[in-house]
Amino acid sequence: MVDYIKSFDIDFIKQHIPQYVDAAWLTLRIAFIGIALSLIIGLFCSLILHFKVPVIRHIVKGYIELSRNTPLLVQLFFLYFGLPKIGILLDSEHCAYIGLSFLGGSYMAESFRSGIEAIGKIQTESALSLGLSRFQVMLYIVLPQAFSVSLPSLCANVIFLIKETSVFSVVALADLMYVAKDLIGLYYNTDEALLMLVIAYIIILLPISIIAGILEKRLRHG
Amino acid sequence: MDNMGLGIIFEGNNLLRLLGGLWITIKISFISVFVSIFLGIILGMIMTVNSRIIRVITKIYLEFMRITPQLVLLFVIYFGATKVFGIDIDGQTSAFIVFILWGTAEMGDLVRGAILSIPKHQFESGTALALKKHQVYLYIIIPQTIRRLIPQAINLTTRMIKTTSLIVMIGVVEVLKVGQQIIEANRYTAPDAALWIYGVIFFLYFIVCYPISKAATILEKKWASN
Amino acid sequence: MDNNILLKIDEITKFFGEHKVLNKASLTVEKGEIVVVLGPSGCGKSTLLRCINGLEDIQGGSISLDGNVITQKDTRWTEIRQKIGMVFQSYDLFPHMTVLQNILLAPLRVQHRKKQDIKEDALKLLERVGLLDKKASYPSELSGGQRQRVAIVRALIMNPEIMLFDEVTAALDPEMVHEVLDVMLDLAKAGMTMVIVTHEMQFAKAIADKIVFMDNGEIVEISKPDIFFNNPQTERSQRFLNKFNYTEKR
Repeated sequence: MVDYIKSFDIDFIKQHIPQYVDAAWLTLRIAFIGIALSLIIGLFCSLILHFKVPVIRHIVKGYIELSRNTPLLVQLFFLYFGLPKIGILLDSEHCAYIGLSFLGGSYMAESFRSGIEAIGKIQTESALSLGLSRFQVMLYIVLPQAFSVSLPSLCANVIFLIKETSVFSVVALADLMYVAKDLIGLYYNTDEALLMLVIAYIIILLPISIIAGILEKRLRHG
Repeated sequence: MDNMGLGIIFEGNNLLRLLGGLWITIKISFISVFVSIFLGIILGMIMTVNSRIIRVITKIYLEFMRITPQLVLLFVIYFGATKVFGIDIDGQTSAFIVFILWGTAEMGDLVRGAILSIPKHQFESGTALALKKHQVYLYIIIPQTIRRLIPQAINLTTRMIKTTSLIVMIGVVEVLKVGQQIIEANRYTAPDAALWIYGVIFFLYFIVCYPISKAATILEKKWASN
Repeated sequence: MDNNILLKIDEITKFFGEHKVLNKASLTVEKGEIVVVLGPSGCGKSTLLRCINGLEDIQGGSISLDGNVITQKDTRWTEIRQKIGMVFQSYDLFPHMTVLQNILLAPLRVQHRKKQDIKEDALKLLERVGLLDKKASYPSELSGGQRQRVAIVRALIMNPEIMLFDEVTAALDPEMVHEVLDVMLDLAKAGMTMVIVTHEMQFAKAIADKIVFMDNGEIVEISKPDIFFNNPQTERSQRFLNKFNYTEKR
């Protein structure tokens, strides 16, 4: 094992760190935009489900089932390789945003929905009895509380979605995975490339995971 | 050059080949889930043991498995294991290793959560009846956790199936790979094959996963109410 | 039409599924009157209050406030509810807001009043219920009795024409019941119109101008308190009072 660790080519690692840093930023940017879109989609979907909006609610349900029961990779293949055949050409980055928010929207919707459900009916009723409109009750009373209830599961979704970005190299996006594959293909420095890959993901995800853990604990005791 | 559209699926034995590819995915998922459930139960029970060292080790394992993307793990095993252990393993074996390692971590955490949700006095009253520790688990704790765990284990199965789609990237010939082959072979006769093939694969996954998720939801609702 | 009538409930009927929870219930409440609704659990008394506030829809009959029917399809409940204050059994403060924020929410967002003015009102009301020092506390830091007093202030600040109290002391520890009832007595003295659902017999006797006894979704008896408690007019109210050993205590 020691010999194995000694066999690492430190210079190679040093030399290629900048590539990983660039790729990590790309991964983070995609994740950030994708997650922001997911949150918006998820919030809208959960509200549509909560208020039982006729017709649209069934479309939302269908979307959630489709999104939760198919792999992101297959969704991406369809977007990137399939859709151009009917004239819809999407570049890599747009595919990534659409794919990630299509996937993430349904997960966020479920988190928000269970958060909203957790807020007692009496809260809504006492707010209504003060003359607040349904919209105001949602905005000032239910959502702020639902958000803190949902926080742990929203964090879990964030971690899940960042991990899912690792498949975007298939649509030729130069993310962390892509750089690692590239280096393996070019230099055969498999171990170094993979080590940096794992470390890069740990650097990105460990802090988020720790924060999520703290939030969950605080919520459970507060 | 005429356009076959969706017809490409029914050309020759294309559909059968796609289903064959899907079967590989399903087979790997099911075997991995099965082994993971078994190992996960053991891991989950170990994690409730009152020992700091065990807690730290299992926590690190769990955290690592949880935050490392499964695709990265597949690459590490598929490309890395050859060098580290001097063995050459194929894509399918790598897939089994990764999914069992990951599934065990996920399952272990579920089992731990389920056990910890059992009130402490259940352990105590079992012990007070002079039951041995393993008997307390066998007769009191495990039966109570099973209802909670079954829907979650079923959910893990759909997650596993979805995640197994990644094995195409380490060279396993599964449904996506078969799809690519069909698209390649019909490049001139069916130029828009990619749309239909990937569309069909999308729905194949849905057809497989949807009933399983539905079953989990139904069981969860049913058992939550009593 | 009697000009003094503030609230008129006219033969309302309400179903939960197949189950009839209110059966042609009728009641009038005059300005400044204090009506206490009594009855066994599940008799429909809470449902009656909730109907007045539009939290439940009704299947028959009508309710009018100030002579205007408020149980129509196009009723603007946000406007009506400003005139009807309601306090619930418990746990209805908004846990993510301080006491003052709880109180100011509706006047700010619904009535669009100036923050400066209502803040002054809020502090006066808090002082009146003895909770001025709690204005910056969160509900989780308050006792049950304190929470209910805040809930009353939160409803009062809207300057309602009528207050509905739905078993506001039922979930409280016994030693806290008094502090809440005292606030209600104080309101009664100040001339507030109130409809109160309660299990506190002594309190009902002390505060009520009119006792309404309900059983099985029906209003069985409406009497002055001394008649109701000393000489109940129906066999059903007699039986109810016997359960509380009330008639013997005369």
